Amino acid sequence: MMVEVNELHKSFNSNVVLDGVSFKVSDAENMVVFGRSGTGKSVLLKCMIRLMLPDSGNISIQGKDVLGLNIKELNELRKDIGFLFQGSALYDSMTVKENLEFPLIRNFDLDEKEINSRVNFVLEAVSLLDAMNKMPSELSGGMRKRIGLARSIITKPKLMLYDEPTTGLDPITAKEISVLINELQHALKMTSIVVTHDLLCAKIIADRAIVLDSGKIVKEGSINELTASSDPLLKNFFSDEIIETSGRGK
Amino acid sequence: MITGLSRFAVQFFKEIFFPPYEVDQIRKHMIELGMKTLPIVGVTGFIIGLVIAMQLSPVLKRFGAEAFLPGSVGISIVRELGPVICALIFAGRVSSGIGAELGSMRVTEQIDAMEVSGVNPFRYLVVTRIFATTFILPILTIYVIFISLIGAYIAVVLVQNMTWAYYLDRVIFAVEFGDAFPGVTKTFFFGFIVGLVGAYKGYTAVNGTEGVGKASTSSVVVSSLLILIFDMVLVKLTLWLWPTVK
Repeated sequence: MMVEVNELHKSFNSNVVLDGVSFKVSDAENMVVFGRSGTGKSVLLKCMIRLMLPDSGNISIQGKDVLGLNIKELNELRKDIGFLFQGSALYDSMTVKENLEFPLIRNFDLDEKEINSRVNFVLEAVSLLDAMNKMPSELSGGMRKRIGLARSIITKPKLMLYDEPTTGLDPITAKEISVLINELQHALKMTSIVVTHDLLCAKIIADRAIVLDSGKIVKEGSINELTASSDPLLKNFFSDEIIETSGRGK
Repeated sequence: MITGLSRFAVQFFKEIFFPPYEVDQIRKHMIELGMKTLPIVGVTGFIIGLVIAMQLSPVLKRFGAEAFLPGSVGISIVRELGPVICALIFAGRVSSGIGAELGSMRVTEQIDAMEVSGVNPFRYLVVTRIFATTFILPILTIYVIFISLIGAYIAVVLVQNMTWAYYLDRVIFAVEFGDAFPGVTKTFFFGFIVGLVGAYKGYTAVNGTEGVGKASTSSVVVSSLLILIFDMVLVKLTLWLWPTVK
């Protein structure tokens, strides 16, 4: 099992964000996490990579207890994990090439030839070879997402975490990014967890999906099962109708 | 805030003993910050020297002590004005820049991105900047002192017929080790304060662009205030270590 999350709880003062979340993700499986804004999807991802500490619960990645690792062990584990941030989080004082080289130079003992070869490979994979010497400020939103994606896969991670990979993009670019993610997933045989509320993105990427609401997993299954569900919350999510739900998502 | 700053300082001293030492980053920041501040501290230093000499000249004349003008200007610049003025300008220019830069990196998740890629962002971003400010400010201060003395000389020449060599000789005769050493040494502390406060405010910024603005502004306010407070303490300490009247 690549990822096991058990009874995860996280609150900010009196605001309960995660309320006993548990799930498992197998090797090479692509799981999508759905949920309305503010239901704790991003918090869940950040707890998984220990950017945030949960109040209680367990997280295991590749059989390692994430919360019990010391900083050296954690950084070793992080080398096997890629994270695509919502805003791409490119280092704006570095060129695209320097952004891509950064994790390789800092964490791996690679020669210049291997580094250049990996940079070229990922830039080709995201079709942005000509952007190599540009600064992040010169890139469009879609290009930044692609470069962010390139940077997160350049270390050949075993697990990819995507935080709303298509948010803020036009429908065509969003679809292109989703297809690209799917292709890379299959080419590199990575496990992935994708936080999104983009149904099309989920349809393209997901093997399985969970739905978070009020800090709990309220539904789990394939995208087809979820879209066919008669649950009012899911109907609100996946159809054009707006149905009154009692107390949820408040 | 004092607790947060203290913890931040403790973390800095914990991190500096472990590799990687990021020498290239420290050098890069020293050059950047030094070059960025060089023109403004130079101009300010020149004007301060000029004005101090212009102000002191009639006062000393009133007491029949014009001959002491180079010495008194030299002592006031080396002991106090050069280091403090330079540190305050450096705080305004650099502390706000560090606060804004790290604040922007924080709110756009660049610091998080660095952390998840297995790089220690505190060491890479914070330690390097604090080191750079600590060691570049004394160099800038020596430069400011020199420029101020040139400014003061021009004012002296306007009222007295004095050669540069004689002026410099009078300054060197008047300024003792107990004036120059503490004056320059305290700028290491001031540089540390500027880097620490700027980095702390930026690194802990919250609430998006508004938070970045606050981090930048409060970096200047807090670091300037701390420089003046520490100056009081350090002046007392240096007067105790090197008494001016024996």
